[in-house]
Amino acid sequence: MSNQVTGAQSLVKSLEHAGVEVMFGIPGGAILPAYDPIYDSKIRHILVRHEQGAGHAATGYAQVTGRVGVCIATSGPGATNLVTPIGDAAMDSVPMVAITGQVPSAAIGTDAFQEADIRGITMPITKHNYLITNPDDIAGAIAEAFHIAGTGRPGPVLVDIAKDALQKMTEFKWPTNINLAGYNPKTKPDSQAIRDAAALIAKSKRPVLYVGGGVIKANASKQLLRLAELTGAPVVTTLMARGAFPDSHPLHLGMPGMHGTVAAVTALQKSDLLITLGARFDDRVTGKLSTFAVNAKIIHADIDPAEIGKNRFADVAIIGDVGEAITALIPALEAEFKKSEPDLTQWWSQMGALRAKYPVGYDHPEDGSVSPQYVIERIGAIAGPDSIYVAGVGQHQMWASQFVKYEKPRTWLNSGGAGTMGYAVPAAMGAKVGAPDTTVWAIDGDGCFQMTNQELVTCALNNIPIKVAIINNESLGMVRQWQTLFYNSRYSNTSLDSKRIPDFVKLADAMGCVGLRCDTTGDVDKVIKEAMAINDQPVVVDFSVFRDAMVWPMVAAGTSNDDILVARETAPDWDSQEL
Amino acid sequence: MATHTLSVLVENSPGVLARIASLFSRRGYNIDSLAVGPTENSEISRMTIVLNLDGHALDQVIAQLFKLINVIGISEMTDTDSIKREALLVKVNAQKSDREKVAAVAQKYNGVIVDESDVSLTIEATGPSTDIEALLKSLEQFGIKELVQSGLIALERGSVTLAERTLSTSGVAISDSHSATADYQN
Repeated sequence: MSNQVTGAQSLVKSLEHAGVEVMFGIPGGAILPAYDPIYDSKIRHILVRHEQGAGHAATGYAQVTGRVGVCIATSGPGATNLVTPIGDAAMDSVPMVAITGQVPSAAIGTDAFQEADIRGITMPITKHNYLITNPDDIAGAIAEAFHIAGTGRPGPVLVDIAKDALQKMTEFKWPTNINLAGYNPKTKPDSQAIRDAAALIAKSKRPVLYVGGGVIKANASKQLLRLAELTGAPVVTTLMARGAFPDSHPLHLGMPGMHGTVAAVTALQKSDLLITLGARFDDRVTGKLSTFAVNAKIIHADIDPAEIGKNRFADVAIIGDVGEAITALIPALEAEFKKSEPDLTQWWSQMGALRAKYPVGYDHPEDGSVSPQYVIERIGAIAGPDSIYVAGVGQHQMWASQFVKYEKPRTWLNSGGAGTMGYAVPAAMGAKVGAPDTTVWAIDGDGCFQMTNQELVTCALNNIPIKVAIINNESLGMVRQWQTLFYNSRYSNTSLDSKRIPDFVKLADAMGCVGLRCDTTGDVDKVIKEAMAINDQPVVVDFSVFRDAMVWPMVAAGTSNDDILVARETAPDWDSQEL
Repeated sequence: MATHTLSVLVENSPGVLARIASLFSRRGYNIDSLAVGPTENSEISRMTIVLNLDGHALDQVIAQLFKLINVIGISEMTDTDSIKREALLVKVNAQKSDREKVAAVAQKYNGVIVDESDVSLTIEATGPSTDIEALLKSLEQFGIKELVQSGLIALERGSVTLAERTLSTSGVAISDSHSATADYQN
């Protein structure tokens, strides 16, 4: 029988049938049988230096392309090294399939060498997972894994395959249809909910379009633009939604949340109707929940029914694909607006005034050192809105969300929900693989960079010329900021001394990248342009920046959005605002 | 806070109980009791979960349960529309002089003596939770040596089955009526 193949061959054929073009991974004992047919496959396998890098690269690839990202590792530590990126993908709803080798089925449960119960470990952080011990089940599990990962609310799916299942013979049969009794995500919104939502919007005096990452996942930016222009309502885009709506658009008030703009935060607080699109009322957006947007009715459109009412009661729940929801909402609203056109003049006079008075800004340090915000702003200006920006986690991430101007979806990648330090370099690698003709800038901190920079070796060897800006304040900057504000400037264990050690330029050089250094404000543009001109090698720029720069505005954790500060101990001048 | 009883149909696949337990644990939902067993369909198991929640949280629990791929149907079992039963095995001190009294108490609650020794009797009883509690209370006077209780099980009254209500003819969960508040089909 020509269809008789090994389980490993069945796995690789399945991945090919699922349309996989690239996967990131490292071989090891239990997964080794799979690597033999991988050797012959048309699928590009990128050999990373750490499994965490494989996982974040799969995420970066998925975020940029909208396709399911794939990573592969061996059992035990190989699999547990994937736990962080799997958890990261779960928190940010990224479609990913992780494949792990498992010890032979007879050894499972015996504490065998390199055994870890990765199915049990990842149960709470995957959308679903599998342990396969029968080679006949491999193709079906892979088909289901891609279906589950990429549909509904996207997320990571892990397929753990015992080594003997990879070695035994089976007949390869790619399932023609997938029938999962318990998985049938509802994408088409209920028409009554759409009508109810339209009626609420037509009556609202202070509506806000609260846009979350779901709009990007649903490729619904065009529909959003139409909806926004139809309603004329202010738009705010969360950290996961930066780029879903053009920053240059006059209806955009910026990002809400802990480090959001005064206008975006206040618009949510003072609104009478939040039109929530693919967002989830995360604590970083709502601040103290009981004081969040207390006078607002809530329209909540989400593909995940469990998000409805999880944190905030929804007056109108629209369960379905957010793109379909917006598309359905537009004619319903046009019909409502024929009866009466809402007048948002007063609302806009207030929000417009706030936006004009409190743009995100920064001061150049008095000591003459380089402002980190300036560096990031210049990278955004020089690389432009067609480039892709990937941040780590911390101050530089917030500045990259504030000072790079995003015009297009899928140009801003970061670890939003999990807050995974070390995300940037491997995710940028995956992004560049997914969009090889696009400039990809990792905007990283010196702390984050030291967690995952080994993947620059992978980039250098595999012609993945990303650019990395290390915003080097020789500190765990965000933690230091909290120590400044909340711990009497007692800087316990946040100094990294990374202006001294390591030498990032030499490190870059040692890893086959071009290393550049920038210590003065006057050199910033020149060095960025120098980096932009190099396209055949990864580039790392060590930007030595002011250590005590802070991210503002800020809503301190656990406090109300009403208590937003624009600078240390400085609230907005509410008295001059008519709110 | 109120007690709710959920009947949950799950695919008979490895790890499904762990998935349910993991979900309840990580989301901080407290389970009062959990009973699992086979159903008329060999591919489906049925769980009866009793939990203490306020009404709004119940919708959230149900929605979260439905996110598990192996969960295919959920229904709340109300007191008026369903039959709820618990099983009990209890070993009671019973010297010769007490034996008749113990037997009389057991009989009052439809309990059956299933084992005896010189100094004890073991009673089996099945009934609504209130009856089981009352039986135990009545037996306390003799001294309860050991007891074991099953979790609650529940079945809706009338001819319609949970599978009929929650699964289409092809065995796939019905999606059209899925909302976070009203119907609990996936």
